[in-house]
Amino acid sequence: MDQPNETVLRARNLRLYFQTRRGPVQAVDGVDFDLRKNEATVIIGESGCGKSSLAKAILRLLPRNAGTYDGEVWLHDQNIMLLNDESFRKEIRWRRISMVPQAAMNALNPVMRIGDQVSEPAIVHMNMTKEDATKSAVRMLEHVGVPIDFLHRYAFELSGGMRQRSALAMALVTLPDVVILDEPTSALDVLTQASIMNLMKRMKKELETSFILITHDIATSSELADNVAVMYAGQIVEVGDARRFFTKPLHPYSHALMASVPRLRETIEPEFITGQPPSLLNPPTGCRFKDRCPKRFDKCDEAPPMFIEEGDRQVRCWLYDDAIQMSRPEYQVVA
Amino acid sequence: MVEQASHNQSTPAPPERKKLIEVNNLVKHFPVRAGLLQRVKAWVKAVDDVSFFINEGETFGLVGESGCGKTTVGRTILRLIPHTSGEVLFDGRNVFDIEGGDLKKLRRDMQIIFQDPYSSLDPRLPIGESISEGLRVHTNKGGQERYEIVAEMLTRVGMRAEHARRYPHEFSGGQRQRIGIARALALQPKFIVCDEPVSALDVSIQAQVLNILRQLQRDFGLTYLFIAHNLSVVEHFSERVGVMYLGKMVEMAPRDLLYADPLHPYTQALMSAIPVPDPTVKRQRILLEGDVPSPLNPPSGCRFHTRCPLAFDLCHQEEPPFKDYGGGHFAACHWLEVGQHGDSKLTPANIIEKKGRKVAQQVIH
Repeated sequence: MDQPNETVLRARNLRLYFQTRRGPVQAVDGVDFDLRKNEATVIIGESGCGKSSLAKAILRLLPRNAGTYDGEVWLHDQNIMLLNDESFRKEIRWRRISMVPQAAMNALNPVMRIGDQVSEPAIVHMNMTKEDATKSAVRMLEHVGVPIDFLHRYAFELSGGMRQRSALAMALVTLPDVVILDEPTSALDVLTQASIMNLMKRMKKELETSFILITHDIATSSELADNVAVMYAGQIVEVGDARRFFTKPLHPYSHALMASVPRLRETIEPEFITGQPPSLLNPPTGCRFKDRCPKRFDKCDEAPPMFIEEGDRQVRCWLYDDAIQMSRPEYQVVA
Repeated sequence: MVEQASHNQSTPAPPERKKLIEVNNLVKHFPVRAGLLQRVKAWVKAVDDVSFFINEGETFGLVGESGCGKTTVGRTILRLIPHTSGEVLFDGRNVFDIEGGDLKKLRRDMQIIFQDPYSSLDPRLPIGESISEGLRVHTNKGGQERYEIVAEMLTRVGMRAEHARRYPHEFSGGQRQRIGIARALALQPKFIVCDEPVSALDVSIQAQVLNILRQLQRDFGLTYLFIAHNLSVVEHFSERVGVMYLGKMVEMAPRDLLYADPLHPYTQALMSAIPVPDPTVKRQRILLEGDVPSPLNPPSGCRFHTRCPLAFDLCHQEEPPFKDYGGGHFAACHWLEVGQHGDSKLTPANIIEKKGRKVAQQVIH
């Protein structure tokens, strides 16, 4: 059982820049990450750090002003970046990687019945007949806890939680290898949020699907996460096993993020990060977090590489350079 | 004064503070109009008989899910929307009886900070203008004097005076929310309704905005009504907390009492749903079934009975009294009336005892 699951999705040096009149916006800048079978990788970051763009880059849902778009995305042993748009649409999108977009509950088609809407991906992408598609839609809706008599209702007749469940069913109806969830619970009330998180945990257990969960909500994400990737200003600054991340984050940014979460029945007051994230038009040279970092030192003007720490954790911070740790004990990372 | 003293004897509470806001039996029903003649077809009972008070210099947190009426309470107190019945005493005077010039004077003392910093500032006004607008309306201060106040307020919220000439789009969400605070503060009010002031902000800067609010409270002796849906933010920020469900106040207590010993099953369910950023913590959760019923047609008896894992016959028939169960801990639950202290608790054992294993299995996760 200790054998790690096989890797389903691997991104290497993935880049997505947007062309604007003021220059390229480096929304996703050289992102590497792995997703293993039946696991969930959470991508955490503040608004504007490029996490939703990363989802778009993986699924190749590019807006018209997309500029540079390169790197590798391996789905099992196929580099899907090499496919042309048409075969990507036919073979990959929704068939093998699907997505629940941000605020999906409000993005459902208002003039389509829930049943038709959930079965549509199966018809379009899997070439199923309408009957078969409806059957699998019914099965999936049951799975996510939407009552069958909702099949003939419209989105506006459903509560927020039920709409979110329907959007999830839509993404799962084709039984893809990977589902990308973009902020799946952020517009919901606490109670609904908790039941959607429970549902996703159950889905992960019951289906052979891997999840990429994109969120700014650290507390909620900890419930589903097997792995955590922290994104800052278009780059991933820390990746690693969730359990270790939540008990002891490595990067100063991760530290500060965790310290800013208010916790129930806790005497420690939440802290905040001074300043604001840099513009992705002209990201700072060197470490991108240096201007807000409490542990900044001269080396930070050079761009840090990913350092490997114990337990396969990776962190993009000079504090974890062995040479620096030896020569400058004052910068020892305090756990 | 004599009355005050005798009142003190009956409730052996900590030294009585002056009540700045007293809300008594506040009701707000919104009409639903339909048809060609736009006749009133039904009433949305957004706020239904809510009573509470806020002491001077205190922060009162008001929590609940979306649609429970918490924002409506805030706006009705400020007379931004008309009330249906009930009274709100501000400094002893009924806000709803004040009209004309007196009302204008009253508005100086009560301000609001809105939830969404992106839509609550006029995009075509430099922020200095937005901040000084209240001064122009309510005082006869000259331009220079107004500018000085704007500059002072901006520095107090951690921004610079020269920002006054810039437009809202030039600022980040956190900065915009601080501008909203400066605007609310410009007239030196006594009371501010903070309507979800941090829920639209990134978690990394929420604490900054809350710290500013706290500092200002100390400096100016402000009283806050802090409306939020996040129970953990409210815990860090409020001295007393009220929990609303479907237009009713279901529980109200000093913060420490409420968080240590939540009495109402709804409060307990809310607390159990709060995620903890620590995967090593394994907890049992009580998740409620179903959705919040429509306020158009709220359930009979206790409004929570349709989702309550402990509901019994009486809950369907009769509305539970909202009573003090010691130390200013108010709650409205029949179990507190007919049973022991632990009978309103959403513990697995209690649910099994009251409703059997089947119900317990459905709600415990």
